[in-house]
Amino acid sequence: MDIQQAKFQYLLRLGDSSLIIGHRLSEWCGHGPILEEDIALINIALDFVGNATSILAYAGKVEGKGRSEDDLAYLRDEREYRNLLITEQLNGDFATTIARQFIFDTYMYFLYEELKNSKDETIAAIAQKSHKEITYHLRHTTQWMFRLGDGTTESHERLQNGLNDLWMFTSEMFEMDEIDALLISEGIAPDLSIIKANWEKRVNEVIAEATLQIPTTLFKQKGSREGKHSEHLGFLLAEMQYVHRAFPNATW
Amino acid sequence: MTFIIIKLHLNNLIMEEGKQLESFEAKIAAGHKIEPKDWMPEAYRKQLIRMMSQHAHSEIVGMLPEGNWITRAPSLRRKAILLAKVQDEAGHGLYLYSAVETLGVDRTELLHQLHTGKAKYSSIFNYPTLTWADIGAIGWLVDGAAIMNQTALARGSYGPYSRAMVRICKEESFHNRQGYEIMMTLAKGTSEQKQMAQDALNRWWWPSIMMLGPSDDQSPNSDQLMRWKVKMESNDAIRERFIDRTIPQAEFIGLTIPDKDMKFDEKTGHYSHGKINWDEFFDVIKGNGPCNAKRLKDRNDADKNGRWVRDAAIAYAEKQLKEKQAS
Amino acid sequence: MSNDSQWPVWEVFLQGNPGIPHKHVGNVHATDAEMAIQNARDVYTRRSEGISIWVVPANAISASSPEDQGAFFEPSNDKPYRHPTFYKIPEGVKYL
Repeated sequence: MDIQQAKFQYLLRLGDSSLIIGHRLSEWCGHGPILEEDIALINIALDFVGNATSILAYAGKVEGKGRSEDDLAYLRDEREYRNLLITEQLNGDFATTIARQFIFDTYMYFLYEELKNSKDETIAAIAQKSHKEITYHLRHTTQWMFRLGDGTTESHERLQNGLNDLWMFTSEMFEMDEIDALLISEGIAPDLSIIKANWEKRVNEVIAEATLQIPTTLFKQKGSREGKHSEHLGFLLAEMQYVHRAFPNATW
Repeated sequence: MTFIIIKLHLNNLIMEEGKQLESFEAKIAAGHKIEPKDWMPEAYRKQLIRMMSQHAHSEIVGMLPEGNWITRAPSLRRKAILLAKVQDEAGHGLYLYSAVETLGVDRTELLHQLHTGKAKYSSIFNYPTLTWADIGAIGWLVDGAAIMNQTALARGSYGPYSRAMVRICKEESFHNRQGYEIMMTLAKGTSEQKQMAQDALNRWWWPSIMMLGPSDDQSPNSDQLMRWKVKMESNDAIRERFIDRTIPQAEFIGLTIPDKDMKFDEKTGHYSHGKINWDEFFDVIKGNGPCNAKRLKDRNDADKNGRWVRDAAIAYAEKQLKEKQAS
Repeated sequence: MSNDSQWPVWEVFLQGNPGIPHKHVGNVHATDAEMAIQNARDVYTRRSEGISIWVVPANAISASSPEDQGAFFEPSNDKPYRHPTFYKIPEGVKYL
């Protein structure tokens, strides 16, 4: 595998994760717990879709086969998608969504902080812009961790359940393979073990302050690096891609 | 004796009220805005609450038919635009609820009226969005018609409503344009795309011209509301302007307005339209449109499922406050 | 269980650009100040309208009433000498 191929795969991981979690968040539109939060969730979804668009556009360029961001988003199947498993998990109740967002936002916050220093200028520039958005997302979801964790008995239970259910998808976020190794040696991607240390520290602090417990789940799910997803992704893509695919070669 | 005093008192009140009404009407005639704490006739207050809350509910319910296409938008660019647009609708709902709240009804009560079916919202959102072209048709026709109405209302006499309208109109023109752009792209696209655009126009045209409200002979009470600048123009006048502006836009992209009787009247300089099916309009208003039940259920579900979240946030804030006071 | 609530109202003030005063733009519902600031940011700065936000619980604001208008504001109408244009300075005198 050469650097170009590795970079393409790496960009798909970044872009797909943003696209899929943005899709999930957009499902909340019109169904949020209060009008203000509806607006906040759509806002965050919009940031994710914007970030995915920039990254996938660049991925297409790196690949060099003339594929656009839309080609990559709409014309790849489940097995070609590289998003983290946690991003495709169902919204569940508001607490589960907040748990998912908190786990992922914290990860993305530390990851993009490092990506700002990438030797690849485009990646660094995208990370620079996105990190500001992520900082805000994390602030928003962290506040909700406190409110739900230390709110009522019901909200506490719901959030703890959400964390417990999603915990098995957390270790996968820090897995590294030969793609990471190659890009780390080139100074393009960060070492995920550094991200992991930062992530654990922050997550532990917030969970403790929110009067919650770190889940004790031992079983770990993985597979997104090879395009092995949960069953949810197929349904998600079927919905996302159907109009685009039903009219081949149409412009929108 | 007591009787006389009461009578005198009552007369004074009536005179007082008469004076207040006089100065209220003079203010409006002079083009001044009425502000929340100013004296206003009860009928003015009631009518405003009714209109503004209907308007707010329409924005919120309107998020549903459009929101359900965000996940299926056919390009990432369209997805981002639609997200931004639906977010604006939520924002507009919020501005409007806060304008109604200045009249002393809080949002909890307003939403209760919506959820129990007591309050109305625009008839248009009880029609289903069946294809992607419907998102174009809504932006072009529904937002287009709404803008006609809202630009007029921005000149209305109630300060908070008028200011909300100014802000909304500014943001709404992007909605209108993105809708037309979707329709234009489809109309210029493959034959299937063009067919999709025409089908959407066929289905949304009549509901769009109906949503501007019953014709003037069926809409009572308008004189006083016009004098008070609660209503700025008659439904038929706004409808005429909307039709006059929209027909050339349809012609430009090669789509046909689904009204065989539509023709340009040289004498008046306006288009005359075919017979509007008002039975359908009143039926939808009454709750018998294709999506009334679904929309109301979605809003009710969101409200019910959000209850524990709202409670938790309040409980947390109370705990924080107590801790702060203790330390 | 308490009654359902759409949360308390906070009035929102935005500073559009550096150096100019904060201006009232509307309100949001929120349970705490941090949430009010975030909600205000999401609702009122979607088009880069601001660089700084103030939020104030709506019930903490006191206002003058319309009936006070005469007593409060009209007395200043007959004090034109508070405005520089009241004074006639001969042409040719500079820096005044």
